[in-house]
Amino acid sequence: MDFPMILQVLDATIRFATPLLLACLAGLFSERAGIFDIGLEGKMLAAALMAAAVAAVSGSAWIGLLAGIGASLALSAVHGVASITFRGNQLISGVAINFLAAGLTVLIAQSWFAEGGRTPSLQGAARFNPITLPGAEALRGVPVLGPIYYDVISGHAILVYVAALLVPLSWWVLFRTRFGLRLRAVGENPASVDTAGISVVRLRFAAVAICGVLCGIAGAYLATGLQAGFVKDMTAGRGYIALAALIFAKWRPWYALYACLLFGFLQALELRPDMIESVIRIKVQGQLLSALPYILTVVILAGFVGKAIPPRAGGEPYVKER
Amino acid sequence: MDKMPKWADVVLIPLISLLLAAILSALVIWAIGESPSKALWIMIDGALGSKYAWGYTLYYATNFIFTGLAVSVAFHARMFNIGGEGQAMLGGLGVALVCLYIPWPHWTLALLGATVGAALFGAAWSFVPAVLQAKRGSHIVITTIMFNFIAAALLNYLLVNQLKRPGSMEPATAKFPDPTHLPSFYDMLAPLGISFSRGAPANVSFLVALAACLFVWLLIWRTRLGYEIRAFGQSESAAKYAGISPTKIIVVSMTISGALAGMMALNNVMGEAERLVLNAVEGAGFIGIAVALMGRSHPVGVLLAAILFGALYQGGAILSQDTNIPVQLILVIQALVILFTGALDNMVRMPLERLFLALRRKPAAPAHTKPAE
Repeated sequence: MDFPMILQVLDATIRFATPLLLACLAGLFSERAGIFDIGLEGKMLAAALMAAAVAAVSGSAWIGLLAGIGASLALSAVHGVASITFRGNQLISGVAINFLAAGLTVLIAQSWFAEGGRTPSLQGAARFNPITLPGAEALRGVPVLGPIYYDVISGHAILVYVAALLVPLSWWVLFRTRFGLRLRAVGENPASVDTAGISVVRLRFAAVAICGVLCGIAGAYLATGLQAGFVKDMTAGRGYIALAALIFAKWRPWYALYACLLFGFLQALELRPDMIESVIRIKVQGQLLSALPYILTVVILAGFVGKAIPPRAGGEPYVKER
Repeated sequence: MDKMPKWADVVLIPLISLLLAAILSALVIWAIGESPSKALWIMIDGALGSKYAWGYTLYYATNFIFTGLAVSVAFHARMFNIGGEGQAMLGGLGVALVCLYIPWPHWTLALLGATVGAALFGAAWSFVPAVLQAKRGSHIVITTIMFNFIAAALLNYLLVNQLKRPGSMEPATAKFPDPTHLPSFYDMLAPLGISFSRGAPANVSFLVALAACLFVWLLIWRTRLGYEIRAFGQSESAAKYAGISPTKIIVVSMTISGALAGMMALNNVMGEAERLVLNAVEGAGFIGIAVALMGRSHPVGVLLAAILFGALYQGGAILSQDTNIPVQLILVIQALVILFTGALDNMVRMPLERLFLALRRKPAAPAHTKPAE
């Protein structure tokens, strides 16, 4: 194994970690406000379709992104109405949203493009193309750090950097603003927030909406950044891995970044079984690598390695006392 | 005490929810440029129009009865077992091992052995999340989701590396030996002088599914354990106060749930494919959620809902053959059923409750006369 190969894997790690990170932050806002969301997968999928479809028609990845966010927000609204307004079971609502997206995306794609449930291949401005960060070319010659900056950090789609910036932003919003304090409070003890004269319903809807926007960006990145178009079931369980990462991160933004990088790294390794073998001299099965995020999450959740404690009011509909 | 008569809760609300789901599905079909009435007709004809169609409908229904019962038993203990998919995969592994490695003299014995294998493997896969929930407080939903993915990876590994037929590229086991062949409806009905479609996959495991319905009914409503499960589901603190151990109820109800989900493999692996292939479950574990919600977690309701979903699956398959509507329409309908009967239950329930209260108030001014049921 050599240096360029490591760079290659790290580069792939960042690309795979991005959709996970966006979805994970989406889940973070929702769950911190006390709304469980296992519909991350479905929202990403819906966003991926709309982003790719609108980008294909309009020729602009940015308009596609807006459409993707719109689709994801629509499903968020369903989730909000079901779990906040009608105080339904949030988990069941999430399951329904995942199936709705899995079915509707194929139906819509088939009806619009008639290409077997996929969108046309995107080219040029219809995709988020790699951008070169300032100074990357100039610093390329610097030993070790130059190639790392040029090959790993630079040369991704803009949404990758957006996702990275969203980590400190999420931290700041959640832990340094009044809105964030209230949002977290509503996930721990909604009655106290209500007593303070703040609307629990409005706060939770705000959290669900933020979740929708972030899932929208995640889906758009999948279809117009990572890949060049929508194919059915293209999220391939990423929403669930993001959920796993969220638990792994103990519902904290910075930990979410590390967890998603770890899971992204595992996904990148899965594509390079030869590399693991050359390092540890044991053949590791690809299936083990793909199952590892889930196994790790079960172990973490069981509290064998550090305890993950979810927001206390998570999953509970808030009933105002009369 | 009750805001509504029982029949409204058991029959009226599911029917209204189903109607709402049907209306939205029709809108979806209309929106993609097809005729909803024509689609409905093709689906009904494709699912119920011939013996062959019934053979497929009941085959799918058998799967959904098992997974629906699995989700129902867990629901009674207020556990949400979303891991039916993984448990059914493991059940398939159990069936495959039993059928491949034990020389069975006759299918009746093989069926018994396979039932034990399927139930044990399925139960084992729900036992771990159950213990983690009961002892460590890990959320059962998250753990069972994770176990679905771990099961998929495990089966992928076993089929690709260990159980694959030597010399074959396909990740599937060898065909099970002939004595393990389960009689299909055709075989079963021929001696009675009834000719059933030969090609349809419905088989004797449908009867096992019916027996499982009876078993679940007896368990939940006629045994002490069932009483404890329901008590725990209604109020954990009250159950604790009555001396019921939460750990026991969580572990036992989830283990039974996993065993039922695993037994689905009797139908799809042993009865139909007669070998274990990748992704044999095909989402039936998740459909169990819709079936349990619609069937109100009652075996009779589950049976009816499973047949409805069986018809939906068969009808949807025919629909995608005959028209341009993709087979994923089934997923949309399934999602809408889950949404309306599960998450949006209150949307239907609240106005109905108000309606019934208003109706009751008018005539029954002097005494609390119970409305006719």
